[in-house]
Amino acid sequence: MIRIKCPFCGERDHSEFTYGGDASIVYPALDATAEEWHEAVFMRENIRGMQTETWHHVNGCRMWLIVQRDTMTHEIRSVRPAHEGLAGVLEDDR
Amino acid sequence: MTRYNAWNVLKNGITGQKGWDRAWRDPQPKDSYEIVIVGAGLHGLATAFYLAKNHGIRNIAVVEKGWLGGGNAGRNTTIVRSNYMMPGNRFFYEHSLKLWENLSHELNFNVMFSQRAHISLLHSPAARDAAARRYNTMRLTDTGAELWDLETLKREVPHLNYDNARFPIIGAAVQSRAGSARHDAVAWGYARGADQYGVDIIQNCEVTGVRRENGRVTAVETTRGDIGAAKVGFAVAGNTSRLWRMVELGKLPIETHKLQAFVSEPLKPLLDQVVVFGVGGAHFYISQSDKGGMVFGGDLDWYKSYAQRGNLPIVQDVAEAATSILPCLGRVRLLRHWSGVMDMSMDGSPFICKTPVENLYLNAGWNYGGFKATPASGWYFADLIANDRPDPVIENFDLGRFSRGVNIDERGAGPDPKLHG
Amino acid sequence: MSARRLPSGGRIDRSQVLRFTWDDRVMSGHPGDSLASALMANGEQVLGRSFKYHRPRGVMSAGVEESGAMVTVGEGARRDPNVKAPMQELFNGLTATGQNAWPNVRFDFGEVNDMLGRFLVAGFYYKTFMGIPPFEWGKGTGAWMWYEKFIRKAAGMGSASREADPDQYEQGHDFCDLLVVGSGPAGMSSALAAAEAGLDVMLVEQDWELGGSFLSQTGSESKNRCADMVASLNNAGVRTMLRTTAFGLYDYGVAGLLERVTDHLQSPDPYQPRQRFWTVRAKQTILASGALERHIAFGNNDRPGVMNAAAGRAYVNRYGVLPGERVIVATNNDSAYHSAIDLASAGAEVTLLDARSTLPGELSERIGEAGVSLRTNTVPLKTKGRLSVNGLELAVISVNGWRARGAESCDAVLVSGGWSPVVNLMSHRGVKPKWDAENACFLAPSRHETIQMAGSAAGYWRAADCELSGIAAGSVAASALGKKAKSLVLPPIGGWDLAIKPVYEVKVPGKKLKCLVDPQHDVTAEDIRLAHREGFVSAEHLKRYTTLGMATDGGKMGNVIGLALMAEALGREIPEVGTTTFRPPYTPVSIGALRGRSVDEHFRPLRRTPMHDWNLSNGATMTMAGLWHRPWYFARQSETISEAYVRETETTRKTVGLCDVTSLGKIAVQGPDATEFLNRIYTNPFAKLPIGKARYGIMLRDDGFVMDDGTTWRLSETEYFMTTTTAHAGKVMVWLEELLQTRWQDLKVHVTSVSEQWAGCAVAGPESRKVLATCVEDASVMDNDAFPFMGVVETKLKGGIPCRIARISFSGELAYETYVPSDYAVAMMDLLWPQAEQSGGCLYGLEALGAMRIEKGHVTGAELDGRVTIEDAGLGKMASPKKSFIGSALRNRPDMTREDRPKLVGIFPKDRSQTFNAGAILCSVEQVSGLGEGWITGVTHSPVMGHWIGIGFISGGHEAWAERTAIAADPVRKGNTEVEIVSPHMYDPSGEKMYG
Repeated sequence: MIRIKCPFCGERDHSEFTYGGDASIVYPALDATAEEWHEAVFMRENIRGMQTETWHHVNGCRMWLIVQRDTMTHEIRSVRPAHEGLAGVLEDDR
Repeated sequence: MTRYNAWNVLKNGITGQKGWDRAWRDPQPKDSYEIVIVGAGLHGLATAFYLAKNHGIRNIAVVEKGWLGGGNAGRNTTIVRSNYMMPGNRFFYEHSLKLWENLSHELNFNVMFSQRAHISLLHSPAARDAAARRYNTMRLTDTGAELWDLETLKREVPHLNYDNARFPIIGAAVQSRAGSARHDAVAWGYARGADQYGVDIIQNCEVTGVRRENGRVTAVETTRGDIGAAKVGFAVAGNTSRLWRMVELGKLPIETHKLQAFVSEPLKPLLDQVVVFGVGGAHFYISQSDKGGMVFGGDLDWYKSYAQRGNLPIVQDVAEAATSILPCLGRVRLLRHWSGVMDMSMDGSPFICKTPVENLYLNAGWNYGGFKATPASGWYFADLIANDRPDPVIENFDLGRFSRGVNIDERGAGPDPKLHG
Repeated sequence: MSARRLPSGGRIDRSQVLRFTWDDRVMSGHPGDSLASALMANGEQVLGRSFKYHRPRGVMSAGVEESGAMVTVGEGARRDPNVKAPMQELFNGLTATGQNAWPNVRFDFGEVNDMLGRFLVAGFYYKTFMGIPPFEWGKGTGAWMWYEKFIRKAAGMGSASREADPDQYEQGHDFCDLLVVGSGPAGMSSALAAAEAGLDVMLVEQDWELGGSFLSQTGSESKNRCADMVASLNNAGVRTMLRTTAFGLYDYGVAGLLERVTDHLQSPDPYQPRQRFWTVRAKQTILASGALERHIAFGNNDRPGVMNAAAGRAYVNRYGVLPGERVIVATNNDSAYHSAIDLASAGAEVTLLDARSTLPGELSERIGEAGVSLRTNTVPLKTKGRLSVNGLELAVISVNGWRARGAESCDAVLVSGGWSPVVNLMSHRGVKPKWDAENACFLAPSRHETIQMAGSAAGYWRAADCELSGIAAGSVAASALGKKAKSLVLPPIGGWDLAIKPVYEVKVPGKKLKCLVDPQHDVTAEDIRLAHREGFVSAEHLKRYTTLGMATDGGKMGNVIGLALMAEALGREIPEVGTTTFRPPYTPVSIGALRGRSVDEHFRPLRRTPMHDWNLSNGATMTMAGLWHRPWYFARQSETISEAYVRETETTRKTVGLCDVTSLGKIAVQGPDATEFLNRIYTNPFAKLPIGKARYGIMLRDDGFVMDDGTTWRLSETEYFMTTTTAHAGKVMVWLEELLQTRWQDLKVHVTSVSEQWAGCAVAGPESRKVLATCVEDASVMDNDAFPFMGVVETKLKGGIPCRIARISFSGELAYETYVPSDYAVAMMDLLWPQAEQSGGCLYGLEALGAMRIEKGHVTGAELDGRVTIEDAGLGKMASPKKSFIGSALRNRPDMTREDRPKLVGIFPKDRSQTFNAGAILCSVEQVSGLGEGWITGVTHSPVMGHWIGIGFISGGHEAWAERTAIAADPVRKGNTEVEIVSPHMYDPSGEKMYG
C-alpha cells in the first residue's frame, strides 16, 4: 500500500486516490496544432525512477495533487496541490 | 536431437532419463548476426522461431537480460482467445488462435493448449447486445461464437452465483475454441524450436546501449560485449521505453503498469472453463490449471509502476470479484500472488512496426493481452523483419496510427493507458 | 510401533477429552493438541498421499512447512481441503478426512504411480500427450484434451466444496508504531523493549499460544521465562493477536494479517466471523518469524515416521506425544542434540547420527547423560518399511562422499539438515536474501526500509542471542520514532558450538534412491539433475520445470536443497544459482477473508434514487443501470414487459408520462469564468446562452472522440446546472476537476457534484404543461411564451417546494425535466402523479424511455461507446467551427473525417412484420460476411410506426444506403433480416411536438 501525504487531509492509503498521469506534460492551447496535441495526449516519457505525476484524492478532498514518486520503489519524495494558488495558500499557512 | 514423444518417454523411463538433450544450448554470443532480437520472452522467442522456420534465416541471436521466459511469459493467467472485433485486431488474433491449435505439434513440445471454452458472463440486456455485436462479428469472420442463455450456462457451469449476485447473471458469450495453455511451456517450446534451427539464445545478456551509424543500427552493446546486427528487433514489453531511450527516438505511446495474478492451492477439478466477467467497475477472469490451482486476475494496480510487486487493494478487489461469481471460492485459499509489468498502450492495441531507424523494428504495447497473441506476434514480426514491410493484417499496428486517427480500441476507453486491458 | 501419548508432560490438558473423527473413525485428544499430535497419539501414521506418486505420508513437521499431513477438515459447504494437520487446533467435533487417495490414504490405488515413477519424472508431460502414441501423430488439440481430462482428475490435492461458503468474514484496519511478527524469544523481547520505550506495539503470532520456540522446550527455566515475558507484555500494553499470520508485507511496510477467529471452535457464536483480514500500517516492523528446519535428501526420506528434529521435540515437549520408541536422530548441526536428549528423557531409545566428525563439547556430554548413543561421520541413506518406517540404512563418510554401512531398526527418524531463517516477508519487499556459507542459510539484510529482522529469522541460533537481538531491534525501532532507547552490542550471528556441515543429499555409488527434495510435489534429487541436463539451470527455470517450491508450503521444505543440488550439478556455489523470490502470502489465505463482507448483493454498493420506494409502491419493476436500480417498466395487472413499455410509450405520446431521471449526473458550475469554462469543454458555443435557458452540449475527450452529452442550464450570470449521463457522472466530474486544478488554473470556476442533492422527474407528453401548471404555485410560469423550448425556470411546487424546471425533451414530446431537493422527491411525485393520472397519463421506465429516444434518434451510451466522433453520431453541426474546445485539435485527424465512416442511422425491417436485434451486424446484401458495414445499437417496437425499428451505424450514413437493402446479420441469435436504412430521426423529424 502506497501511503500518500495529502496536503489537505494527511497521510492516506493510495486506494483513496486515483492515479492521473505524467504531470510533466504541458497541454497545449486549445487552438494549437494537431501535432502538438498528439504529442501531449499520446506520447509518454514513461520514466523508470523518480517521476512527477498527478493523483486525484477522489475519495477525500477531491484535490488534484502533484506527486514525485519513484516508479520502481514507489517511494514518494513530495506531494503538493496541483493548483499553484492552493499551493501558495498552504505555504502562507505554515 | 531427441524428439519428444511417448516412445522416447518410455525409453528414457527405462534407461534412466539419460537420453534427453539440453532443451537449448547456452552459446557465447558471436561478433555479429543477421538479426538480433532483444528480449527472450514469448514474443521474442516466437519471432526467432518463425524467422527461421518461415523465412529460412538462421543467423539470429535472441539476447535476454535475465532468463528466457522470465518476465511476463511466466506471470500471466494463460488465457487464449480471439474474441476481438475491431478491424486489424480481428484477423490478427484469429490467426494467432489457429497457430495455437497446432502449436504443440509445430514445436514438438506440449504447450497444453486446452480449448475448454472462454465464457464471458452477461449481466444485462444491454451487455448482451454489446456482446452480440462482438460475437456476431466473429461468426461473420468464420470464428465460432455463441450466446448462451441462462439455462445453458447453468447446465455447463452449475456453481456460479445464480441466486444472490449483485449483478444477476443472464447468460454468457462463449468462444468454444478458446481456452488456456501452459505459459512456461510456450516459452520453452519456442526456445527449443528456435535453438534447433540454430538460433543463439543468449541469456544473462543485458542490452546497455544501441550503436548507430548513418541512421542505422550497427550493433547492440550488452553486458557480454557488443553484438553486431544487420537488423534489430525489440520485443521487451514492460521495458520498451527504456530501450527506446537508448536509440534516442523520443517518447512512445506506452506507459508501464503492473498487473497482479493469483493462484490458489491445488484442488480437484472445480471449474472446467475459462470464466470472465466485467460489470460494476470490476473485471475478473479465472480458470483452473491442470495442476489444480485456480488461476485468476483482475485489473491493473491503477498506477504506473515498474515494480514486480503488487499491493493489497487489488488483492481485495479480485477476491471480491472471485467470490461474487463463484461463492464456493470463499474457503479456497490463495497460494501466491505476484505481478508483472505491462506495456500499456494508448488504445489497448499493440505495435508490430518499423521505426524511424531503418533497420530497427518494434514489437511492443501488448497491454495485458500478450500471451494469446504470442504465435501471431512472432509470425508477423518475423515477416516484418524479414521482408521490411508490414503484412496488411498488421498495417494499423504502427506508431503512426494515432496521428492518423485510426481507432482500434476494443474497450473504447480513450487515451488513458490504465483503462485498457 | 508408532507414536504414543506420554502419561504426563506437555502443554495439553489431559483432564479434558476432545472427540474428533478421522476418516469416519472417532478418536480422542486433549485441549492443546493439534490435529497432527492427536492423530499421532491415536497411532495414525499414514495421513496423506503425495501429489504425483501417491506415496504414503505422515506428519513431517510441527508447523507451516508441513508437506505430509495434508488433510481435509470439515464437511459439506464448510469443507476445507489441504489443511496442514500440525496447524489445525483440535476441537471437540472436528471432522477430518484423508485426501488425494482412493479408496483411502492407507490403501490408495493411486500408489501405482509410484511404481511408474521412472516414467513420470519432472516435466515428462511436456514431452508427450500431444498426439496419438507412440509418435504423437495427428494435429490440433484433440489428443491433449482427451488426456487432460484424466490428468486433471489425478492432479489437485483436496476437493473443494462447490456449495457457497456459508461463513462470514470481516476486514479490519489498524495502525501502530511497531508491528512484531512472531512471539518467540526474539519477538517477545523486541515487543517488550519497544513498549517499555513508549511505542504502541502490536505482536502477532500464528500459533494459538505465545512463546514460539519456548513452547517446545522442556524444563522449568524456559517455561518460567516464557510465562514471565507473556505477563510483562500484558503489563507493558502490547497488543497481542493470536492465531494471526502476517501473510504479506507490502509497500510502505503495510502488512496483511489473517486472524483465524473460529477455525478452532466447535460452535462459534453466530456474530463471530470465521476469519478477519487486517490491513496494518505500522511505522516500524520487526520480523521475528523464526527459522524452519531443513530436511536432507536421502532414500525414501518421506516415509511416514520421518520428520524434522525440531518437530520431534515439539511433539514430545509440547504435545506429550512420543514419535517413536526407537528413534534415530540424524543431524549435521547442533540443534538436533536437544531433540535427542528430550526424546531419550521421555523414554525413547535414541541413536544420534552426526554427519560431523568432531563433537560439540558440552552437548555431547549431555547426550551421554541422557543415554543417547552417538555415531559420528554418519548420515541416513535410506529408510525401510512401507507405510511406516521400520529401519534406516546408514552411510558413513568416505574419501569422496558417502558409502553405505549397515542398517538399524527404528520406528521414527528425526532429521535436521540445518535451518532456514524465515525471510519470506522481507522477500515480499523485493529484497533478495543472500547466502551465508558459514551458517548454510539464506539471510536477509538485518534492516531494510522500516523493517528489521530479529532472532533466528536473522540467523541467531541461541535463545539468549535471539532475546538480545530482539531487544536491540526493539530499541532501534524506538529510536527511529524518537524515543530514548539504549543501544546494544549484538553478538555475531550463528552461535553453534560446532559449525554446521552442509549435507543436502546422501547418495552412494551404485545405489538408486528416491530422495525427495520437495516432498509435497514429489520433486526428487534426480529431477533436479534431469533439469540440469536439459538446461533448466537457473533458479527460476528449475522451479518452473520441476515445480520445486510451488506446493502449498511455498518451498519452505525444499527450495534450499533444490538450489544446493543444482549448484552441485553445475559445479558452482549456491549463490550463483540464485534464490527464488518468495511471493505473498507466507501461508495460504482464504479468498473469503480477503473479500470480507463484499459478497453477494454487497459486492458493489447499490444506488437507489430518493423515489425508489415510491416507484416500487407504484408498480415499478427495476433494472440495473450501472450501480443504480432504475424503473424498467410499470406493468399493470398481468402485462408483460413488451406490453407495458408499448403502453407507456403510447400513453406518453398521447397524454403524459412521468419518469424518474434522478440518476443523471448533476454538477453545479459556478464562478465568474463559468461561461468561458463551458465554452471550452463543450463543442457547441455557450458564450451567449442567456440566463434562464438550457443548451444540449457534447463533450469530447482530448483525442476528439465523444465523451459525454447532457444539458446545461444557465441559472445566473455566474451559475450553471450541468447534467451528465448516468454512466459518466463520476468520470465527467473528475474530468472537470482535473481541467480546473491542473490545466486551467487561471479560471475562476468552482464545480460541485450535486447529483445527490437533486431528484429529477421527466414530465413528457402533450399534457405535460397542464400537469405541471397544476403543480406549481404560480401556474403562469408555465405559459408557452414565458417558458419556451429549452427554457429554464426556478420556481416552487405547491407546498413551497423549491424546484428548477427545464423544458427539454428526450422523448421528442413537449416535455420538462423537474428537479427538487432530494428530500422532496416523494412530495414531488405525490403532486405530479395524481395530476398526470387524471390526464390519463402513466409512469414510464427505462424501456419506454429507450423506445421513444430510438424513435427520435437520440443517442445514449450504447451509441457513444468511446469510438464515435461527433459526426458519426450525426451531431456534427454541434461542433462549432468558430471556437477551439477540448478535442477540437485531434478530432480532425484523417481517419476520423473519412466519408465512409459508419454514421448514425435508423433501421426499418424490410418486411414490416419482422423484427431484429441490437448487436446485429449490418451487411450489404452482396456480402453477408466479414467485418460488415455497420452495426445496430438499439431496437424497439415503435407504436407510432406500428413496426420494429432500430438505431445504429452504417458506412456513409443513410444517404449512402437510400434505395438499398441491407442485411441485419445476427448469426448468434436469429439469423439474417433484410432491413432498410433510414434517417435516425424516425419520429417527428421537424420537432413540432417538442416546440408545440
